[in-house]
Amino acid sequence: MTTTEDQSVGMSYLDSWPRRTLRIYLPLGLIVFFLLFPFYWMAVTTFKPDAEMYDYEKYNPFLIAHPTMEHVYKLFFETDYPQWMTNTIIVSISSTFISLFASVCAAYAIERLRYKGSRYVALGIFLAYLVPPSILFIPLAAIVFQLGLFDGNLALILTYPTFLIPFCTWLLMGYFRTIPYELEECALIDGATRLQILTKITLPLALPGLISAGIFAFTLSWNEFIYALTFISSSENKTIPVGAITELVNGDVYHWGALMAAALVGSVPVVILYSFFVEHYVSAMTGAVKE
Amino acid sequence: MAVIAEPVVQAPRASLLSRALENRSFLGSLFMLPAILILVLFLAYPLALGFWLGLTDTSIGGTGHYVGIANFVSLAKDSVFWLSVFNTIFYTVTASVVKFAIGLYLAVLLNERLPFKSILRAIVLLPFVVPTVLSAIAFWWIYDSQFSIISWVLIKAGLIHNYIEFLGDPWNARWSVVVANIWRGVPFVAITLLAGLQTISPSLYEAANLDGATNWQRFRYITLPMLSPIIAVVMTFSVLMTFTDFQLIYTITRGGPINATHLMATLSFQRAITGGHLGEGAAISNAMIPFLVAAILLSFFGLQRTRWQQGGRD
Repeated sequence: MTTTEDQSVGMSYLDSWPRRTLRIYLPLGLIVFFLLFPFYWMAVTTFKPDAEMYDYEKYNPFLIAHPTMEHVYKLFFETDYPQWMTNTIIVSISSTFISLFASVCAAYAIERLRYKGSRYVALGIFLAYLVPPSILFIPLAAIVFQLGLFDGNLALILTYPTFLIPFCTWLLMGYFRTIPYELEECALIDGATRLQILTKITLPLALPGLISAGIFAFTLSWNEFIYALTFISSSENKTIPVGAITELVNGDVYHWGALMAAALVGSVPVVILYSFFVEHYVSAMTGAVKE
Repeated sequence: MAVIAEPVVQAPRASLLSRALENRSFLGSLFMLPAILILVLFLAYPLALGFWLGLTDTSIGGTGHYVGIANFVSLAKDSVFWLSVFNTIFYTVTASVVKFAIGLYLAVLLNERLPFKSILRAIVLLPFVVPTVLSAIAFWWIYDSQFSIISWVLIKAGLIHNYIEFLGDPWNARWSVVVANIWRGVPFVAITLLAGLQTISPSLYEAANLDGATNWQRFRYITLPMLSPIIAVVMTFSVLMTFTDFQLIYTITRGGPINATHLMATLSFQRAITGGHLGEGAAISNAMIPFLVAAILLSFFGLQRTRWQQGGRD
């Protein structure tokens, strides 16, 4: 070997600029462009008037000559979009909190109380994590119907925890495991009850895990589609993803401006939340895979 | 009398309660109650009910009767069902392979010394964060037959002469949804593998450098073996999500043109909910389970084995 080509983290300062550009920045740039282009296209279409949208000869399609709020205005004042957004917020927040409560209790019991058979329950929860919603939605639809929950927010609030609880419990178990036993033993000697230990010692220490699980669960329920599509039938009860795809398309006429506005406006809340908690989100995503 | 008798009656009860609260098994079951209640009612019970429904001719609004394996017999003769099986396997295999290749490449690139690294990582993950259905609508618009921006750019560049029928032709449509799936899945693979890459000690690479290893040798004999346990888990999840995908197909093609992109999940939705034949739809869902288990075992143990072959003895 005459040249020392280097890829390792520690010695990459040896690389020359042109080589680095070709080897790293160019492929990175291409992949990032591929990943971001649909968002750019979504935003451009949202603020483009119809006249420009369908005339590529006169206007450059990548730019907007006369930006307009027409599509966003139409979305908020001529469709049920505000109602869908309210539903999505209610459903996401409620199912996240229900799941967090149930998962904190379950993870604490499995990790710290270590009752008889807790290992098998942990295994069962991991298996539940692998059951995909697309094989559950048909029997669940029958159950939701029998229970009289069909076409209401409650149908979603009670079914979303089925994929949130296994995930949150699994994640929180990992966090609880990192908290030293000694802290709890001290509290037990001082006469604290199990509930006090959980709320005063374990939970504050596991707060980052709790936030991670909460953020991830919230985005998962915001994005959920198949249950919402199956269990909800009237427009005023729909969530954003379902409403956008079923109510904004009438016949063969696609109002691309309004559709893209719906997609953009529906994504923004999740993206804002994500941008504040990137580290928590990433640790939830990787933590769930690592175990 | 009553004043004295009261504590005597109360004392054993209080101690019974407090003793129960000291008992791990009792306390454990109490803590498990909310989670178990929800999971049994809305996960375990529907799973069992799904098996049963697949053996009946239940339809929406009607009571079903046990019909044995009649649903499966009629599916076995149903060419649309077999087409959906083919599509699902094609979709899963092609999308997973490309997602793995691009995801690993992107993870290695992101592991380099880069300016604005954390911002870059946050941006890369965006396709995974944004609701799939909403980004799928954007793909639908990008694939439009008259106003596709891809066609327009290619025509301007002089590479093609007519607008591409992205969603009108069976094979074009299949590849189009595969690309959309890759777009959504790459960030997940890349970011989780990046987390794995960051745990590999730099001293291994330094030692390899001193021994005169090339770029490729370092990747092949250090990065890949050290990463293979996490690759197995990530790809298992990726295969699971791709195999059971519903949202992308439902949004972009609804299974068309002429069932060319129907996956088993979308077909079961169409038969059960749109068509009202719950029994038949449940039978299709049940038919997914063996494939799903096989796919999980294959990707998990198949990828785990490479670790044994690459020098590790465990």
